[in-house]
Amino acid sequence: MRRTLLEGLLHRPLSEPPPAVDAAELEAVARAVGVAARARLGRSLSIREIDAGSCNGCELEIVALGNAFYDLERFGLRFVASPRHADVLLVTGPVTHNMRAALLRTWEATPDPKWVVAVGACAHDGGEFAGSYACERGVGAVLPVDLVIQGCPPTPLALLQGLLGLLALSSPP
Amino acid sequence: MPIFPELRAATRVEGHHPWPRFVVDVASWRVAGGELAAGRWTLLGLWGEADSVHMAVLRGERDAIGVLSLPCADRRFPALGARHAPAIRLERAAQDLFGLVAEGLADARPWLDHGAWGVRAPLGPGEPAAEAAAPYPFLPAEGGALHQIAVGPVHAGIIEPGHFRFHADGETVVRLEERLGYTHKGTEALMQGADLARAARLAGRVSGDSTVACALAFARAVEAALGLAPPPRAVWLRALMAELERLANHLGDVGAVCNDASFAIMNAHCAVLRERVLRAASQGFGHRLMMDRVVPGGVAADLDAAGAAAITALVAAVRQRFPRLVELYDNTASLQDRVVGTGRLDPALARQFGCGGFVGRASGRDFDARRWPGYPPYDELRFTVPVREEGDVNARVWIRIAEIEASLGLIEQLLAGLPAGDVRAPAPHGAGTEGAALVEGFRGDILAWVRLAADGTIARCHLRDPSWFQWPVLEAAVDGNIVADFPLCNKSFNCAYSGHDL
Repeated sequence: MRRTLLEGLLHRPLSEPPPAVDAAELEAVARAVGVAARARLGRSLSIREIDAGSCNGCELEIVALGNAFYDLERFGLRFVASPRHADVLLVTGPVTHNMRAALLRTWEATPDPKWVVAVGACAHDGGEFAGSYACERGVGAVLPVDLVIQGCPPTPLALLQGLLGLLALSSPP
Repeated sequence: MPIFPELRAATRVEGHHPWPRFVVDVASWRVAGGELAAGRWTLLGLWGEADSVHMAVLRGERDAIGVLSLPCADRRFPALGARHAPAIRLERAAQDLFGLVAEGLADARPWLDHGAWGVRAPLGPGEPAAEAAAPYPFLPAEGGALHQIAVGPVHAGIIEPGHFRFHADGETVVRLEERLGYTHKGTEALMQGADLARAARLAGRVSGDSTVACALAFARAVEAALGLAPPPRAVWLRALMAELERLANHLGDVGAVCNDASFAIMNAHCAVLRERVLRAASQGFGHRLMMDRVVPGGVAADLDAAGAAAITALVAAVRQRFPRLVELYDNTASLQDRVVGTGRLDPALARQFGCGGFVGRASGRDFDARRWPGYPPYDELRFTVPVREEGDVNARVWIRIAEIEASLGLIEQLLAGLPAGDVRAPAPHGAGTEGAALVEGFRGDILAWVRLAADGTIARCHLRDPSWFQWPVLEAAVDGNIVADFPLCNKSFNCAYSGHDL
């Protein structure tokens, strides 16, 4: 234990510099978010993750954002346990019919201003599951979506890029 | 001597590989139910079709595997679940999806159908249904001071959705009941009529953490149906990907189990090692989870020298760092206090349910599909299959630790002996043949069963996740533990939601 802790103190951190934010993507989010909401939150966003029927691939990469390489919390982004504490809902999966009600109730429990980020190909448009009797065609079919982060699943770097873009917009100039 | 002498009236079906399939009558179906209930056979899977029901069974410890099919033109079949509990949820699922009726099933509640599809029996008659979710009565527990705790489907952490209903007496869990099906995506319906490429992509999205293993099970079943042998290099690369996937999941979960006992430092270090595995996988195969890399006929990505070097470096890094973490796990009294004796799964239950993977092996069930029935290239590789008897959280962690070491050894052997040559064989045009496969994912054995249509598309495909036989026994393992230890017990099982719900 002591050796492991000591090494942690002596070695350089593993955390890597943040990725550049895509300007075009930022503009799209800016249009969606609106200026009024931006000033309220400071440089910090609380995120509630909701799996609306993903294969779990997106969750694995979202969890990876917390590891030492990406270290999400250094940017003021943190995952919270309740929608009542959240500014952002990070939704994965095509939205199965069996999860539709739970997703809506979670959204309703989130105070305004709130943003919805659809993560992954399924959340975008249903992905491989589009057209199934058991699924919607993505989060947009159920909730207003402010930002889509593409990928199957998106890499942690792509997730970070999208979330940092959102953070840049939500901070006062 | 017949392979299944217990079955008298059984007609063997031609064109089903590699294990035999028999069409049986109701009497033989009941005989099979008796063999399962007596513990002489183990249920490997049970799935429906529009006008028949199938079960895959393992005879004895490792004697033979067979598929039994019962035609049921009147859409009724005698429930195995009446005498053999592991079949109950599978039969409830067959009822929901195909509109079949399992006669004599004590638990008649729907399982995957939450009343939200707008259609009843979507893979059977497909009658329109009003969208009105009926109340789901949970099993009762009676007693003066009992209270209920409802958890989910949206959980506090970043995990998949499912509902847990606890009855608790103060801190102690009196009964846990799971309700699953929230991530049901209709995968098997989408598979029907799909070409092999599309079906392989769907198979790779049954459970994201087991994408290699699921795609491999599917590919091997298709190859069995087609009589297709992938090139040796592809076979070895598949095993390399499968072991990297096992390594990544075990590393992540060992840390996550400790995190659920509030020992965060293990999680931090294990997460770093997991990330290194995913980065090496990305360098080697072009995708962090290696999704869509295993396809019928071979693999879709070859490994170059730089990728091999990245994986070699990874093995060295894990070998250097992981032993100290194991020591930390073993020597931290406060952590041991949480994991030893917690969430104990009775070996008799593990045997009855045919629990695969580390859940079964931590409770004395010595089964690993890589070793038996076995598939290449594992017959040319040396590896140990760890087994323990205690069945608690600690035992499941130790099995995973031993499997991490075994996977590192396998990866070294695979890199050293990797054959040269092609990585993909063209799939011939199949016609009406059937295939099955059993593949060891990190959670346990995954069963895949396919029937190919005359035009080479998928007529029916069933993928049975190991979790079908692990979720039910989690309910038993949690019994008598405190509510606060449930996350710890649950993580030590780490059953799949999406893999189960399909």
